[in-house]
Amino acid sequence: MNNLKLRTAGMAVSAAALSISLVACGSSGPAGTGASTDSATMWGLTGGDQPVFQASVDSWNKSHPDSAIKLDFFANDAYKTKVRTAVGAGQGPTLVYGWGGGVLKSYVDAGQVDDLTGFLKENPDVQSRYLPSILESGVIDGKTYALPNNKVQPVVLYFNKEVFEKIGAEPPKTWDELMALVPKFKDAGVAPFSLGGQSKWPDLMWLEYLVDRIGGPEVFANIAANKPDAWSDPAVIEALTKIQELVDAGGFINGFSSIAADSNADQALLYTGKAAMILQGSWIYQGMKKDAADFVSSGKLGYTPFPTVEGGKGDPANVVGNPSNFWSVSSKATEDQKKTALEYVKDGMFNDENVQSLINSGAVPVVTGIEDKLAASPDKDFLTYVYGMAKDAPDFTLSWDQALSPAQGDAMLANLDQIFLKKITPEQFASTMNATIGK
Amino acid sequence: MSATTTTPQQELGVGRTTGTRRTLEKGPSGWLAVPALAFFMLFAILPLLGVLFLSFTRWDGLGEIKLDGLSSWNTVLADPVTGNALLVTAKIMFFSFIVQAPISLLLGVFTAASQKYRAALAVLYFVPLLLSSAAVAIAFKALLDPNFGLGPGLGLPFLAQDWLGNSDLVLFVVVFVIAWQFVPFHTLIYQGGVRQIPASLYEAAQIDGAGRVQQFFNITLPQLKYTMITSSTLMVVGSLAYFDLIFVLTAGGPGYSTRLLPLHMYLTGFKANDMGAASALGVILVVIGLALALFLQRLGGKNRNASQLEGA
Repeated sequence: MNNLKLRTAGMAVSAAALSISLVACGSSGPAGTGASTDSATMWGLTGGDQPVFQASVDSWNKSHPDSAIKLDFFANDAYKTKVRTAVGAGQGPTLVYGWGGGVLKSYVDAGQVDDLTGFLKENPDVQSRYLPSILESGVIDGKTYALPNNKVQPVVLYFNKEVFEKIGAEPPKTWDELMALVPKFKDAGVAPFSLGGQSKWPDLMWLEYLVDRIGGPEVFANIAANKPDAWSDPAVIEALTKIQELVDAGGFINGFSSIAADSNADQALLYTGKAAMILQGSWIYQGMKKDAADFVSSGKLGYTPFPTVEGGKGDPANVVGNPSNFWSVSSKATEDQKKTALEYVKDGMFNDENVQSLINSGAVPVVTGIEDKLAASPDKDFLTYVYGMAKDAPDFTLSWDQALSPAQGDAMLANLDQIFLKKITPEQFASTMNATIGK
Repeated sequence: MSATTTTPQQELGVGRTTGTRRTLEKGPSGWLAVPALAFFMLFAILPLLGVLFLSFTRWDGLGEIKLDGLSSWNTVLADPVTGNALLVTAKIMFFSFIVQAPISLLLGVFTAASQKYRAALAVLYFVPLLLSSAAVAIAFKALLDPNFGLGPGLGLPFLAQDWLGNSDLVLFVVVFVIAWQFVPFHTLIYQGGVRQIPASLYEAAQIDGAGRVQQFFNITLPQLKYTMITSSTLMVVGSLAYFDLIFVLTAGGPGYSTRLLPLHMYLTGFKANDMGAASALGVILVVIGLALALFLQRLGGKNRNASQLEGA
């Protein structure tokens, strides 16, 4: 009898261990790269800028062997969860890579990142090298907590010129033209739009642009300001309705909801000619330049602003996307680590070598006085286009999932996914999202 | 895990050959459990208490932990996604069991025999067991891609379905991939079980004129009773821990179609940064896991310590 009880208990215990191991996995956080070593640490993202950051840190470490920086890279979606857990556990990197907005604010509220206002005052050269509007994105309540570290990232409508020529179409200037193109491409056996729906944030680019074109930037400003029922704005409902009409018309490629943007499968559909267009950030140019060099260099890649919507209030020159990525300095780092990190930000980042390697990678650095360098680049058409787009935009709205608090951002992406799958109506979306306001 | 795989026969055998009369009556000394128990207290019971505590708080993972009564529980229980996650978990558990149990049993019996070609096949069957779940998920994700995967690659339209993007189809695809990975493990358990059945039972049955099918149903199956309970417990309770594979394969999507309870817990905690609600979900997960494990143990019946080898 004793034996029976023991074994029952043993079974129960092992079952519990199975379930608990999940919890344990999640909360144990990262190991090895935390503050256990003395050198300053830096986490970046794979793809895109990875070689640029690597080269910059390598050259810094070579000339500053006493204050070397340890650099690690993570995939975008994985990074976003990992860094937050690590920062919360006091195991984060010295230099925290971020997007500004609501996520940065949550770090500031928790006292996890240092105020850099004093550092900027002491180093006017650092302050003056940035485009002022972009520096502003790292400011919370009048204090600077994050400094731009790479490139402007407006969302662009890319198209495959070869596919367009084949059916004799022109890139859409209005939403009606866009909808009229859908059946033409479908008849030609090409998907009108590629979309990395499994990653969810590419869905958001559609909502961001449509809401801006229909209702102007005020609509999202109200949402971000936590005004009650801000999600019920007619512009949001109309934008969501238009998205569902496009889904109904077969605008997005077969299987879009299982395509992950992290694996670059969405852009591959564009350059292989399986899809005619894709709405994505300017950063995928870097990816295509690497993965489909011929396609890009032979001028088959086209790009155009997001179409206007008839009767819409938004300025067609408005842009959504990320003004830049940013470095914040962890408040939990040691004094030595912080000193190294700030010295690197001052001297290692955006020096001539770093600016040039960013441009060579196909990106537009967020610093002033680079027009000549952009014009000398083999990618000058795209780079000057992006630079002008960002510089001339009357309004540059930060990606909503980064601008909102993490809880709201997650709920928004989950519900938008449901909109694309037609599981909920625009009205249901609005009422669910209204309930998250202030969370 | 040792508690689940030790059969009564083994224990009795040990007592008979090496133990004294005293150990045979009372079982081995309780001190043997101390290392495992201490480890378990430290890495399971303590975190579990922590999770229970967190479920009564609000915490975004960064700032202060605020006591907040039952509000996390209210959030979790009122959220339709939780109900859906439970349903998805139950479906995956049910279909996984229905698919895996018969296949593993038959393969286990098949590979238990001693012919050379069976041993060679057994090695092949066990290959998936050597791969990590993440690797399996990445491989299947690539193979099942509707635009670049196996179907379009080989020009086979019936393979070019939207396997992971179709809400109705995706659950069965997930069950298939889980089975692909875990059938070898359960086959191994059954193989071991079958090899423990004394040959004398089959010899006696042959003399009595029983055919192969009769031998299977009258000797092999009853003798495998405890192996089945062990394997089923691992299958059913294991379904509560399918996380890595589904996270990489579908990330719970499309929509909420494959967002099962452990994934829902993770996404609530680490994507939406609501640790209170995630902890409440964790507690629910542990309770369900314990209840299922106990239930499956009861299935063994009251005389489960009695020998199955009477007459052998």
